[in-house]
Amino acid sequence: MDLAILWFVIIAVLWTGYLVLEGFDFGVGMLLSVLPRGGREQRDSERRVLINTIGPVWDGNEVWLLTAGGATFAAFPEWYATMFSGFYLPLLIILLGLVARGVAFEYRGKISDARWARRCDLAIQAGSWIPAVMWGVAFGNLVRGLLLDADFQYVGGFWALLNPFALAGGLTTLILFLLHGSVFVALKTDGDLRERAGRLASGLSVVALVVAGGWAVWAQLAYSVTWTWAAVAVAALALVGVVVAARARREGVAFTLSAVAIASAVVLIFGSMYPDVIPALDGGVSLSVAEASSTPYTLTVMSWVAVVLTPLVIAYQAWTYWVFRRRLSSKDMPAPAGLSWRKIKDAAF
Amino acid sequence: MDALALARWQFAITTVYHFIFVPLTIGLAPLVAGMQTAWVVTKKERWLRLTKFFGKLLLINFALGVVTGIWQEFQFGMAWSEYSRFVGDVFGAPLAMEALAAFFVESVFLGVWIFGWDRVSKKVHLASIWLFALATNLSAFFILAANSWMQHPVGTIFNPETGRAEMESIGAVLTNNTLWAAFPHTITAAFLTAGTFVCGIATWWMVRLARSRRPENVEKARTVYRPAVLVGVWTMIIAGAGVIWSGDLQGKLMYEQQPGKMSSAEALCEGTEAAEFSILAVGPLHAGCEDVDHLISIPGVTSFLGTGHFSGPESYLPGVHDVQEQYTERYGDTTASGDPVTYTPPLAITYWSFRLMIGLAAFSVALALAALWFTRKGRVSDNVWLGRLGILAIPMPFLACSFGWIFTEVGRQPWAVVPNPTGIDQVRLLTERGVSTAVPPGVILTSMIVLTLVYAVLAVVWYRLMHRYTVEGVPDTVRDESPEAQSPDDADRPLSFAY
Repeated sequence: MDLAILWFVIIAVLWTGYLVLEGFDFGVGMLLSVLPRGGREQRDSERRVLINTIGPVWDGNEVWLLTAGGATFAAFPEWYATMFSGFYLPLLIILLGLVARGVAFEYRGKISDARWARRCDLAIQAGSWIPAVMWGVAFGNLVRGLLLDADFQYVGGFWALLNPFALAGGLTTLILFLLHGSVFVALKTDGDLRERAGRLASGLSVVALVVAGGWAVWAQLAYSVTWTWAAVAVAALALVGVVVAARARREGVAFTLSAVAIASAVVLIFGSMYPDVIPALDGGVSLSVAEASSTPYTLTVMSWVAVVLTPLVIAYQAWTYWVFRRRLSSKDMPAPAGLSWRKIKDAAF
Repeated sequence: MDALALARWQFAITTVYHFIFVPLTIGLAPLVAGMQTAWVVTKKERWLRLTKFFGKLLLINFALGVVTGIWQEFQFGMAWSEYSRFVGDVFGAPLAMEALAAFFVESVFLGVWIFGWDRVSKKVHLASIWLFALATNLSAFFILAANSWMQHPVGTIFNPETGRAEMESIGAVLTNNTLWAAFPHTITAAFLTAGTFVCGIATWWMVRLARSRRPENVEKARTVYRPAVLVGVWTMIIAGAGVIWSGDLQGKLMYEQQPGKMSSAEALCEGTEAAEFSILAVGPLHAGCEDVDHLISIPGVTSFLGTGHFSGPESYLPGVHDVQEQYTERYGDTTASGDPVTYTPPLAITYWSFRLMIGLAAFSVALALAALWFTRKGRVSDNVWLGRLGILAIPMPFLACSFGWIFTEVGRQPWAVVPNPTGIDQVRLLTERGVSTAVPPGVILTSMIVLTLVYAVLAVVWYRLMHRYTVEGVPDTVRDESPEAQSPDDADRPLSFAY
């Protein structure tokens, strides 16, 4: 098999890993103010439960993005260069979101202070809502194509990226991640919070079926090839399955199926792009898999690295999900362990 | 400013900032792992207390290293797309390897370490922090492989059809002699930074407690902080020796591979034998080397750093003018766009950053010697000046690391990829040819301002948290949470909440 095609598939796999895994922790972040109920203390306690459900794993989930970026650089330098410089502002906004939420996750519990916690919650929510939409906008544009000049430079400008199809893509990832996150919360918590997350998932699953299904059909009819109808069908069936499973509170099944739906969306996206990595738009040129790829030597080296390391990564990452498989509940929540700011003023350095 | 200048400033700001957190993580992670090992092996509780204390500081620091690192990987494509197109076939590989081999291990096993105290056995938990520590060092190896290739491209050919550099041998890229000098230098500098950090904090606390004269405080100073002081001292001594050894190695390679960097470190105008090491120079360095007066110099030392000879014909070092002449002859006197090109980096920056890198290490030396003396034969010191020296020394190796990188990166200008004197000439790239052409200057200016502001806010939060947790000190009581220490009733206990 042509190594460039293999690497196109590997990049798609890496994005699948990223969007499936970070998808639910985006969802949990977005639901931080939506799900918790009750008095102030109870709400804060439930927020901490939500953050702790993804606490041990969110950073490992995000590494899939770094790997997708690094692998694109190594295997498709032209794609990496054209796409990242073309998406400069959207990527900047996404990365600022990821910075804000990463810091907020790690620092929220370090200080025991209600105002501090609120600020961190804001950062987590902004850093989850914004990338959840922006990734869909970015991939929507890749499906639709970008205006490139003969040197593969993006010349369409920022506002052209906010076209109806791409924005609908943004709405699609947003809904999918919200659903994925609420299913995950139902799977990982206990008591009242689990119940509420289950109900929300049940409602969201219908919305997701309509929105994601509609976008997939749009993408299919306007930009894709025949075989990706299979991916659309799998996504639709999976979402129907989520509707049923969420209603029956079969959380494990629902989570697996919402992951399948996201993975099918990635298959649709990459399938519609192929044989280009950036399809042409409005009479511009396209950038093909073959034109963008590294030399066979580099691809061979990287293939060995990927073949040896990827199964290992999946194995130990899966193991940590097993280690932290227990459900969390606000009943078991200990008092916050963070320090108070105040003492810093008395400290004599 | 044009896009090039903005992209360079942006790269400098974000990279120097990122590298505030990196050396401390690289050095402190193995030290914390060592402390936890001491606890598991000796079962002495003080090592668990120290593990928890320095572990917290490690986590606060690591968080910023992670989030600022994402931008690092993306900005090559975003702001330096033409560089990425030219080098991607070679340069992308170590970056992808870093993510696959190091970042996953780091993030996954740190999660196990933070949240797994009561979930996995003591041995698995200990293995987690060691895997994390090894992965941070491994990631340094891969990123330095990429950087060393820019300093000295090996294992690469030039494809005239595509106009791109192409990898010929990954083995050559990973065994680059520049890499095998830069890697130990960076790692030992990171350990020097972490050793100074641990020693500085522990010394300040030891003195503080000893001065209170309360018996329980003095006892804590003796049994908890004094061992930590010694961990820091010995780390500094061993790492310091490594820094000097590997720095010497780098000097010799620099003389062969980038003679211009060596002469600009000295602001040396004309080639000479027995070149002096200038300690203080005055004059308009920014305008060139011509009117600079070297007020204090040590004879022969610069020649020795570069060649291993203090005097004689073998000690000959080319000057800035010689290099300019040589490069002009070989690579022309204009850029592709027709502008004149100067092959001399900004001398004021190279000269002073080189000196500050070396000079700031003096604080670590002073702290190591003083701490060793004042804790001799089981002593605990209450000398207030020792405590102050401890605090004063902490930031210095951080600054030295920054100046070291500023020297390395500014010193290779005007090149992004420096031509290898014994390699293929076409595998070279001027920095000005690397910047993205599709991104308007206003966009880069926007991102530069936003990133600088966000990073500034984060720096304040980071500093206050580090400060606050340092002042809190080592906890007086810690619980062994490991599954081995749990009673059978605990088996159904819920997960611990670390956030």
